[in-house]
Amino acid sequence: MWNKRREEELPKPYVPPSPGHAPAPAAPNPVEVKKEATPVSSTPMGRIEPEPRGGSATIGKAVKIVGQIYSKEDLFVDGDLEGTVEALEHKLTIGPNGTVHASVRAREVVALGTIQGNVEATDKIEIRKDAKLVGDIKTARIIIEDGAYFKGSIDIVKPEPSKVSAKPQPAAAAPAVTAHQPAAAEVKR
Amino acid sequence: MLRGPRAAPAPASQAADSARALFTARQAGAVETAVRQSRGLEEFFAYIRGQAGLTILDLGGATQQNVSFITNLGHRLYSEDFLQILNESFGPDSAVDQSNAGRIEYFLRQALDYPEGHFDGVLIWDVLEYLAPALLAAVVERLHKIVRPKSYMLAFFHSDNKLEAVPYYTFRIQDVNKLEVAQRGSRHPAQLFNNRSLEKLFGPFESVKFFLTRERLREVIIKV
Repeated sequence: MWNKRREEELPKPYVPPSPGHAPAPAAPNPVEVKKEATPVSSTPMGRIEPEPRGGSATIGKAVKIVGQIYSKEDLFVDGDLEGTVEALEHKLTIGPNGTVHASVRAREVVALGTIQGNVEATDKIEIRKDAKLVGDIKTARIIIEDGAYFKGSIDIVKPEPSKVSAKPQPAAAAPAVTAHQPAAAEVKR
Repeated sequence: MLRGPRAAPAPASQAADSARALFTARQAGAVETAVRQSRGLEEFFAYIRGQAGLTILDLGGATQQNVSFITNLGHRLYSEDFLQILNESFGPDSAVDQSNAGRIEYFLRQALDYPEGHFDGVLIWDVLEYLAPALLAAVVERLHKIVRPKSYMLAFFHSDNKLEAVPYYTFRIQDVNKLEVAQRGSRHPAQLFNNRSLEKLFGPFESVKFFLTRERLREVIIKV
């Protein structure tokens, strides 16, 4: 008697709705559901190529490339590269094992290895500790860590005022040189 | 320091304190830095004030502060780590003879290979002290060529009268008249300098002006 329960009083087990499915209507629709054909790639199984989603491409440390490289995504170079590298609108990183003998153009360049060549970065260039950069630099910003080696020229090219706020000019605030020069001994020829 | 604590008590001023801090014995693993006024630096920037788009050569190696300071003034900066190139060309402590003509030429190609009249100013710092006479003469002659006439150079020389090892530094510009000075190591100067010898060294230049600092450094402004 104490085990007897009326069926209608038995709690029904909770079945969560399947994701993506709308709550089931009270009455099933007798209309036949037509399934659309799923497009199938002609690529054989096991060689599905992912769509480019702005990830980072890598050149490993055992790779050497001689030629021109144009990248439409961030690029990490840890191998040997000669020629030219362009990753406009993207970031180029030279890894600690990377050696680049090339002209470089990118949005941003981070050097942990060696670059020998002129470097142009619309946003910024970072030369990390133990990195080496020999060449002329043209960029909006530059970061040089202590311990980095740099030989060449640096041209700062600021972006248009609408993009970045202007930096204050220290030269305008430089103090005037006083006329008094107590310890100077000038020899004129 | 040049050589241990001073014999006479120094005035209790901030500049003297920083000078003493700079010249105390080096602590293991710590790079000692000090900030000091620099009359020579002030003169250098006074001469180039009001001008933009100049080309400045820094022989002390690239540092963030110097790069930022010079480029924020609107100038192009060339950077050379002169002492590192010196070590690579002649060995640490100048193991290779600095009077070797072929080696001098090699060194000039590595460190100062620029067209004539290319620079509007040079921050030499203390690097010339460690050049033997033949190499020094060659370097000064090259500087005379690659710096535009009526431009200025700033150089530092210790004013002591002994060839003991002296510290050499990284100089970081904090302001037009202020330097942060960090000791990189010690080297023996290749020769002694006084005002007379420096006037003779820079004889081909238009003028030479000296400032003596509390740290017994002679700051020299050379007009090309």
